[in-house]
Amino acid sequence: MTDQAYNFAYLDEQTKRMIRRALLKAVAIPGYQVPFASREMPMPYGWGTGGVQVTAACLTPDDVLKVIDQGADDTTNAVSIRKFFQRTAGVEVTQSTALASVIQTRHRIPETALSAGQILVYQVPIPEPLRFLEPRETETRKMHELEEYGLMHVKLYEDIARHGQIATSYAYPVKVEGRYVMDPSPIPKFDNPKLSGSAALQLFGAGREQRIYALPPFTDVVSLDFDDHPFTPTKANHDCDLCGASASYLDEVIIDDQGSRMFVCSDTDFCETRREMGHVGRLGTPSNKGAQA
Amino acid sequence: MYVAVKGGERAIDAAHAWLAEERRGDLSVAEMSIAQIRNQLRLAVNRVMAEGSLFDPDLAALAIKQSRGDLIEAVFLIRAYRTTLPRFGATQPIDTAQMACIRRISATFKDLPGGQILGPTFDYTHRLLDFKLAAEGQLPPQAAPTAPPVRASMPHVTGLLDQDDLIQPEVDAGLAPPDLTRSPMELPAARALRLQALARGDEGFVLSMAYSTQRGYGRTHAFVGELRIGMVRVSMEIPELGFAVEIGEIEVTECETVNQFKGSKTEPPQFTRGYGLTLGQNERKSIAMSLVDRALRWRELGEDWSGAPAQDEEFVLMHADNVQATGFLEHIKLPHYVDFQSELEMVRKLRAEARAYKEAAE
Amino acid sequence: MKDGPVDALSGGFSAPSTQSAFAFRQILRALSEPGVIVDLEGASPPAPLSAAAGALALTLLDGGTPVHLAGSLDCAALRNWITFHCGAPLCDAGSAAFAFGTWADLAPFDRFAIGLADYPDRSVTLIVEVPQLSATGYRLRGPGIETQRFLSVPDAAPFQANRALFPQGFDAVFTCGNRLAGLPRTTIVEHA
Repeated sequence: MTDQAYNFAYLDEQTKRMIRRALLKAVAIPGYQVPFASREMPMPYGWGTGGVQVTAACLTPDDVLKVIDQGADDTTNAVSIRKFFQRTAGVEVTQSTALASVIQTRHRIPETALSAGQILVYQVPIPEPLRFLEPRETETRKMHELEEYGLMHVKLYEDIARHGQIATSYAYPVKVEGRYVMDPSPIPKFDNPKLSGSAALQLFGAGREQRIYALPPFTDVVSLDFDDHPFTPTKANHDCDLCGASASYLDEVIIDDQGSRMFVCSDTDFCETRREMGHVGRLGTPSNKGAQA
Repeated sequence: MYVAVKGGERAIDAAHAWLAEERRGDLSVAEMSIAQIRNQLRLAVNRVMAEGSLFDPDLAALAIKQSRGDLIEAVFLIRAYRTTLPRFGATQPIDTAQMACIRRISATFKDLPGGQILGPTFDYTHRLLDFKLAAEGQLPPQAAPTAPPVRASMPHVTGLLDQDDLIQPEVDAGLAPPDLTRSPMELPAARALRLQALARGDEGFVLSMAYSTQRGYGRTHAFVGELRIGMVRVSMEIPELGFAVEIGEIEVTECETVNQFKGSKTEPPQFTRGYGLTLGQNERKSIAMSLVDRALRWRELGEDWSGAPAQDEEFVLMHADNVQATGFLEHIKLPHYVDFQSELEMVRKLRAEARAYKEAAE
Repeated sequence: MKDGPVDALSGGFSAPSTQSAFAFRQILRALSEPGVIVDLEGASPPAPLSAAAGALALTLLDGGTPVHLAGSLDCAALRNWITFHCGAPLCDAGSAAFAFGTWADLAPFDRFAIGLADYPDRSVTLIVEVPQLSATGYRLRGPGIETQRFLSVPDAAPFQANRALFPQGFDAVFTCGNRLAGLPRTTIVEHA
């Protein structure tokens, strides 16, 4: 049931055209941050307004939408954004990665490999990978123009000198098609390999910072590293305690006052699907589908 | 057995219901009307209109009621509403020389054409709590002596200095001003864009920036050449008619500072200007805006970059907006456990390696 | 059934919000997967503009996008149609955000905006009307293409010159009837 007081997917047509034009330039220049006239949305800046605007500009009535935050469909902000689009666009929603045509995400790439025709929309807080090295937009724009990425390598190398390794664990910078250094949004570096060569279209929206960027399917994305210190994706050295998965990204949960821990998949759809298929982890019980709902 | 936290949607609905109850408060206390807020909390309404960039006192009052008096939240409500409105076109520039002033003061001349009008100001009130106001339902305050608003053409003080060639002339570049709400901020910004950003900027931020210039961080030696508050006519050219028609009146506050200037490499000794204009009666904001405007003009006036925060266009413009700032600040309440987890792994790994290194050394 | 619109007022989308959403998704797919040919329905612009180019115009153009009509497309019927439905200002080739024309009418391509070194997005999108469009001919490689695709583009040389300007450059779409294919500046076009 859509809210008739607002246009389809909330945004007015003129705003959508402006965003759509920016999106087309973004896919034409992979990794380059296209400025766009981000609007005030009915949710605060920093809570996904960039992703919401990109999703709103992309949605059609035929889409099936999935929204995740920290990999989970049931975190409050994911619930809130999903509800917003149910109300303003009347689109079908799902928690299934495989069934979704558009997935809006904050901080994770789903474990299940994405397929052709799917769109993954990232919420981005600070789109500029060089921002914490150089706060001025006027300077970082010049650095991108001249491909002056030495500062980033110096920073990473200082990490190695001090810690013996690169101490960046999320929002790990990447280079796109050998040209632009890009911030993949604050995904854990565990997810970085999924950025490259994905069959899905990946779109990035930063509302407050007024930038949109994109990775077309099958784009070459390389995590920055050094020959003697190659990039390594990492995760907690455990299996999921609910579904037993050994290669998924895990959340650490404190389960009692003594500080006992359990580790569970951050991707809730992935974990539940596995349990429905009969996989059981250390602390899990066999799935009883139906009782879950 | 661990069960993942569910029910986000039910929690949100319940929180919204609780919020609505809290907003209304004790039901035995009469509900506030929009008219009451509009009339009796006018300065709050004015601030919401100025920073919300929308002149509509009723909507601003509604936003204040809905936001439980959180003015930044009210500004946000107005902005989010404003951005959905269709645009019919741009009005002609308002003519503040034709303002029907309720207040007009100059700190630079004892008297001047049009006179000084003190108007409804806190300036000379003694800040003593007036407990009479706590007794509700009392007789209305004694009527103030009245005079009709002065709508006679009231020349600007800076215009008088202009005639004598004593102040840096302001030249109309004839360019259409950019629209901050319709195109992304691009730096370096022209003065028109800077003034737009300051006009809707957070009062507290602009105030502190201005204050910092007074304390020596980019000092500009400002006098309030003139501060005027009142109604101005708004006109719009109607293409079908071929002429402009008056479509309404709005209240604005305008401040022009006159700044001491001993000349620079490129400019002769003369007075220079800072400019502030806000919707509604917002004197503090307008004065602060004009000081910051002046500080940001260092480059065009050939002054030296002293590294002061108020001289730093990118710093000021990128951080003045309270809707942006509050959103990003408060977003750190959102779950970050994925990032935190990755940091946790990193810290554990670094500590383990450091320990192993130490043990190997011992 | 009539053959397209008789005046500037008709031929637009009947349900602009959803039709432009569907059209945009097709255009987005075309430019993010170069060489894929998509269908674009719903617009009936005046001749000689194709239905696909008309739908693109209705979806992407407005008062903020200067438009250049090249050669035979620069006719009163089309000028009026674009003005009425999109409100887009008409302009010369150099200032255009979008330019419509046949391959021959759009050439030479170096008269169009390729963006700035620091703002490479400020560049033209060319809408090239072609008599036939098929997945044959020149080989395409680059972002959006897993291995290779083929597209019946008229020539490779202008795209090779354009590719050398990256990240500056123009982006192109080819339209034929109700079909459209995209060729962003990243695509490498070579003889098969």
